[in-house]
Amino acid sequence: MSGNLRTPERQAEGSVGATKTLSQKVWDAHVVHEEPGAPSLIYIDLHLVHEVTSPQAFQGLRDRGLKVRRPDLTIATTDHSIPTTDRSLPILDPIAANQVAQLDKNCKEFGITHYGVHSSHQGIVHVIGPELGLTQPGMTVVCGDSHTATHGAVGALAFGIGTSEVENVLASQCLLLRPSKTFRVHVTGSLKTGVSAKDIILALIAQIGIGGGTGTVLEYTGSAITSLDMEGRMTVCNMSIEGGARAGMIAPDDTTFQYLSGRQFAPKGAEWDAAVARWRKLPSDIDAKFDREVTINGDALEPMITWGTNPGMGVSINGAIPEPSSVSDPLERDALAKALTYMGLEGGKPLAGHAIDVVFIGSCTNSRISDLRSAASVLKGRKVNPNVRVMVVPGSMEVKRQAIAEGLPEIFRAAGCDYREPGCSMCIAMNGDQLQPGQYSVSTSNRNFEGRQGKGGRTFLASPMTAAASALTGVVTDVRTIL
Amino acid sequence: MKPFLPFESRLVPMPNNNIDTDQIIPARFLKTTSKDGLDKQLFCDWRYDAQGNPKPNFILNTPRGQNAEILLAGDNFGCGSSREHAPWALTQFGFRAVISTSFADIFKGNALKNSLLPIVVPQKIHDKLFALPEDARIKVDLASQTITLPDGERVEFPVDPFSKTCLLEGIDELGWILKQQSAIAAFEAKRVGSINTLVNA
Repeated sequence: MSGNLRTPERQAEGSVGATKTLSQKVWDAHVVHEEPGAPSLIYIDLHLVHEVTSPQAFQGLRDRGLKVRRPDLTIATTDHSIPTTDRSLPILDPIAANQVAQLDKNCKEFGITHYGVHSSHQGIVHVIGPELGLTQPGMTVVCGDSHTATHGAVGALAFGIGTSEVENVLASQCLLLRPSKTFRVHVTGSLKTGVSAKDIILALIAQIGIGGGTGTVLEYTGSAITSLDMEGRMTVCNMSIEGGARAGMIAPDDTTFQYLSGRQFAPKGAEWDAAVARWRKLPSDIDAKFDREVTINGDALEPMITWGTNPGMGVSINGAIPEPSSVSDPLERDALAKALTYMGLEGGKPLAGHAIDVVFIGSCTNSRISDLRSAASVLKGRKVNPNVRVMVVPGSMEVKRQAIAEGLPEIFRAAGCDYREPGCSMCIAMNGDQLQPGQYSVSTSNRNFEGRQGKGGRTFLASPMTAAASALTGVVTDVRTIL
Repeated sequence: MKPFLPFESRLVPMPNNNIDTDQIIPARFLKTTSKDGLDKQLFCDWRYDAQGNPKPNFILNTPRGQNAEILLAGDNFGCGSSREHAPWALTQFGFRAVISTSFADIFKGNALKNSLLPIVVPQKIHDKLFALPEDARIKVDLASQTITLPDGERVEFPVDPFSKTCLLEGIDELGWILKQQSAIAAFEAKRVGSINTLVNA
């Protein structure tokens, strides 16, 4: 595109006052075809593939006699179904083993690079994308996975798709899409000690509800966002879908460029300089209009934790769980009562002090090196409560290598944690890493739906610091009390 | 895809708001590489006890839950993951439409690609549908974008015009996209390269 993310026509338009948001700029640069009565045909720059949502799509290609149009823009990894135990051992679950083998076979057949079980690049798809520099500002990125929103942290328009759409992208590198509305989330101030990116996003979802962002692309702005490192930004964008938004984005800035510089797939030399010059034009125009805006006071944020069965059911760590009797809408009251029954909790009381069985530190939300550092800083030189099983699952082989270089596995093991191999693990509990019925976890993952971490399991979502603090005490704990 | 024809059916009510895809089909069933056999796993953890026996009070285990083609659900149906296994399981069980006050974005898109019609109705109509007797039958007509209640009240619902055409005429979306090959090739010609050079073309 001659180094431009916007066509000359669009630039001319821009110069006469048509202001655009970040997501609109990325969208406009990817319109392949438009005609009356049909959605826009949008080009996809990067298609990430994993074993769970792709087999039926590859079969669809075979049934139609189609090829993958751009295997060079397609990258696969295996993350959901694989055990997080010793990688030299075979996968014992035959159904999972078949699914993993199927992805390998499909990638070979269709010429796609696959960072599989034994690859040094293997990891959770939303960890390896940014880590390898595959995900870049201004790109369109899709994956058959709702947490694709993560990649919006670098200023990409990134969203989850279903398997039919996976097939469409494999075959055509395009999707038929209607533009989303724009929703600015402005987080002011700066976070206090013990408060992290996870607490920002849990607070947002508690405020707008899990359907609050439906039909929109979120753009996170404000000093509490721009002062986050890239991995914190990924944590925020990752859970955009938990607020109902298919995508969440943060304007690229020097923090973004420093993070990407030198990564394997990032541009190099003169190409890098040209790319940065283009990327600097991506941020929303100063007077760009958003369809909706919300402001959060970052100075006032406390560590957050969820008490219920969806990610919007969250409170600050010392706040009280709502009481059904305080809710006027009968359906909402019933939903609250049902959630409390499932969770075995009483309304009106704080969650802090509640006994737990498991702590899970991992997932595409919080398994990056900064998350492990953050947990290790709390656990260093201490022992986890003997009644609590503490699992630490790095997000990728690269995170694992970096953790070793920093001596983190020793800290976790000395504290009594179970330090494992990279994968999605107990976030989605497909691979045998799961809660037993009735067990409580404090989990750094993204979903607390009924049974999400294992049938009958009960999940409290929180930050790595809160999870580590709770691991030490055996009860839900405000990390600030032990710092 | 078969054309989506008008039909009439009883309603299967599930009033809960925010029914997520982990409830529609739990993740442990996503290890399959096929689209088939998912009807047995639909709402599995609400439908069966720990021993695998049907829970008698769950709607799908009652006569009302059998042989009906419309699920009447609470707000924000299908939130959570992008798994297309959710609409596959619903359609294999026999559902052809879900009526709610709103749907999660990814679920709605997935449903439309699988001839499962997501029908959004206003709160007042939603309440009225839940209050109908068990044997009440609702007519669904996509061409006129209406549902008709037993008292004759016709309620219009929104649907994306392109999805509507695809459903009514049985048009396959990928087939339509592949007809735009020349536009795709022209777009690509402007941005030569692979992942590590794409944005530098």
